[in-house]
Amino acid sequence: MKNIDKSTLYFIGGSVLIFLIVQILVSVGILSTFWYTILRIGAVMAIVSLGLNLIYGFNGQFSLGQWGFYALGAYSAGDVTYRWTQLQSSGGLTILLLGVIMAGIAILLIRRLVNKLRGLDALSAFGLYLIGVILLAYLAVVVGGALENPVNSILKALPPEVSKQIVFVVAVLLGGLFAAEISFLFGLPVLTLGSDYFGIATLGFTVIVKVLLDNSDTMLGFAEMKGARGMIGIPKMTTWFWVFFFLVLVVIVTRNILHSSYGRAIVSVREDEIAAKAMGIDVANFKTITFVIGSFFAGLAGGLYAHINGFLHPDTFNFIKSFDPMIIVVFGGLGSVTGTVAASFAWALVLEGFLRLVLPEGFETWRFVVYPLLLLIMMLLKPNGLFGNYEMPFLRQVLPPLRKKTQSNENATDEEVLA
Amino acid sequence: MSNQTISTSQNDFILQVSGLSKLFGGLKAVNNFDLTLKSHSLTGLIGPNGAGKTTVFNMITGIYAPTAGEIIFQGQNIVGLEPHEINQMGIARTFQNIRLFPNLTVLDNVRIAYHPHAGYSMADAILHNRHFLEKEKALTEQAQEFLAVFGLEDRQGEIAKNLPYGEQRRLEIARALAAEPQLLLLDEPAAGMNPAETVELMDLIHFIRERFNLTILLIEHQMRVVMGICETITVMDFGEVIARGTPREIQSDPRVIEAYLGPGASALSEKFRRKKTQ
Repeated sequence: MKNIDKSTLYFIGGSVLIFLIVQILVSVGILSTFWYTILRIGAVMAIVSLGLNLIYGFNGQFSLGQWGFYALGAYSAGDVTYRWTQLQSSGGLTILLLGVIMAGIAILLIRRLVNKLRGLDALSAFGLYLIGVILLAYLAVVVGGALENPVNSILKALPPEVSKQIVFVVAVLLGGLFAAEISFLFGLPVLTLGSDYFGIATLGFTVIVKVLLDNSDTMLGFAEMKGARGMIGIPKMTTWFWVFFFLVLVVIVTRNILHSSYGRAIVSVREDEIAAKAMGIDVANFKTITFVIGSFFAGLAGGLYAHINGFLHPDTFNFIKSFDPMIIVVFGGLGSVTGTVAASFAWALVLEGFLRLVLPEGFETWRFVVYPLLLLIMMLLKPNGLFGNYEMPFLRQVLPPLRKKTQSNENATDEEVLA
Repeated sequence: MSNQTISTSQNDFILQVSGLSKLFGGLKAVNNFDLTLKSHSLTGLIGPNGAGKTTVFNMITGIYAPTAGEIIFQGQNIVGLEPHEINQMGIARTFQNIRLFPNLTVLDNVRIAYHPHAGYSMADAILHNRHFLEKEKALTEQAQEFLAVFGLEDRQGEIAKNLPYGEQRRLEIARALAAEPQLLLLDEPAAGMNPAETVELMDLIHFIRERFNLTILLIEHQMRVVMGICETITVMDFGEVIARGTPREIQSDPRVIEAYLGPGASALSEKFRRKKTQ
C-alpha cells in the first residue's frame, strides 16, 4: 500500500483529528451534553442526506421516502437492542438477522429468475418478489425463534459490555439492510414512474410508515414500541465514535462508488435517461441499485439515531420532516458530498443549537421563521447550493493525465523498478 | 465473437428490417418499412420532415416498440429487447438534437459508454482493490485513446455542454463508437453545421467506417452529405418507402422530387433539364 495519494492521507488524518478533538472536548467536559447530542445528530443527518444525495443529487430521482426508511432503520434496530438489554433476549437479533439474510437470498434468486423470464412487467415481478420474501421471512421467524436460546448462551458467555456492543453494531447494520430490502421491494413498481410521480409515491411511503408506527402496538403487534406514546428504554449507545465511524465509512463508500464506472452510470441516468439507455446502461437497474444503497444509508442512520436519546416517537418520523434531508441536500449543493456533510452539521448546529440558544425564551418557535428565510436568501444568492460542485480533494474526481504523460510516467516507474 | 462470424458468413446482411410499422394512436408514423443493410455499407435514409425516419431509428434501437414487423440484427430478432441490450449487441446511435451528458466531462461521456465492458463488480469498486484500479486505468486509457482519434484529447476535462457545436457532434459520435458497435446509426449528423464543418464530417464518417469496420445508416437533410457519401439511399415519405437506389437514381426519381417539392414539380424539373440540354 505504498501508493496512497496525499488527498487520502489528508482525509484520513483530518477525520481522525476531528474525531479526537470532539472526543477530548467531550471527555474533558468542555462540550456540554447538549452540544454533544447536536453533533451526533448532525452526523446522523449527514448519513441520511448522503443517501438522499445519491438518489436525488446523483441519480436524479426526487425521493421523499428517505425519512420512511430512516424510521424503519430506527425502530428495527431499536427493537433489537431493546430486547437484548431489557428482556435479555436475543430473539429480535436472530429473527431480524435471519429475516434479512433470507429475504436477501430470496431477492437475489428471484432476480435471477426474473432476468431469465424476459418481458415480465414490473407489477408481476413485484408480486413474485413479495411472495418469496414473505415466505422466507416467515421461515426466518420460526427458525430465528428456535435459534434464540443458543445465541443467548453464546452472547452471555461474553463480558456484558462486549456483547452489548456487538448486539448494537449488528442491530444498526441490520436496520440498514432491512430498510434496503424494503426499499428494493417498494422501488420495484414505483421506480418505473416518472420523476414527479416517484416523489409523490415515496412521500406516500413515508406517510404509511408513520401511520404504522403510530399503531405499532396494535396493528403490528410490537407491544414494546408503544405506538403513538413513543418507544422508551432503548439503550443509549450511539457514542461519537460510532456515528463518526459510520459517517466516514459512508463517505468513503459513496466516494468509491461515484469514482467508478458504476458511479458514472448512476450519474448518466440523471443527465439523460434516453442517451444512457442508448449507451448500454440498464437504467431501471441503476435506479434500483441507487435507491437501495441510499435507503441502506437511511436505515443505518436511523439505527444510530435510535440509540442517541434512547427514545423514539412516531412524530419524529412525520412526513413533514422528510423534507429536512431534501433541504440539506439542496442547501449543500446537489451532487456534492462535501456540501451535504457540511450542510448537515450546519443544519443541526444552527437549527437545533444556536437558534435555540440565541433566541430569547419563548421565541424558540421563531427559528422556523428564521430558518426558511435563511434558506430563501441562500437560494437567491447561491442557487447551486452552498458548495455547488465543490468537493474536497479526497472526494474530487481527478482527471487522469494525458496519455503521453502516462506513458512517460510508466517508463519512469519501470526504470525505477529496474534500478 | 464466433457467433458473429457465423451469422455474417451465412449472409452478408447485418440488418434486415421487414414489415416494420408504428402506430401512434391513429397516426401511421411508419408503415410496412423494409430495409436491408449489407455489412460495411453506407446507407442514407432521407425524406421530408415527418416522414418517419427518426421513428425507424427509435424502433431499431429499442426506444419504441414496433406495432408490427421484425428487425433482424446479425441473425437475431431484436424486437422487444431493451435499448441497453440492443446497444450491447452492437448497435449504437447518435441523436438528432445532440444528447450528450451535458454536465459531465468529455472523458466521462466516453467512459460511460465503456461501462458494459468495465470488467469489475460494484464490490470491487467499493473496496477500491487492485483489480478495480487496474481495470479502471485500462478503461480510462482506452477512452483517452478514443478521444485522441477524434481530436478531442486535449478537451478531456471540459464540461460537455461548453464545447462548441461541431465538437459536441464529434464527441457524440466518439461516444457512440466507444460502445464498440458493428452498426452505427447517425441521426442528422450534419444538422446545424457550416459547409467547412460538413466537409470535415464527411471525411470523419469515411474515416470511422474504415477504421472501425462499421456499417453506417444515416439520416440527413443536407443533400451534399447524402449524395456525397452514401452508396445507397432509401427515401421515405408519410411513413412509407417511396424509392430506393444509388444517389444518381434517387436524384432523378420523379416520386422523390414530388415528395420534396410537391406534385407537378417532377414535370417542371424535367422541363428545366430539357431546357438546359437544349
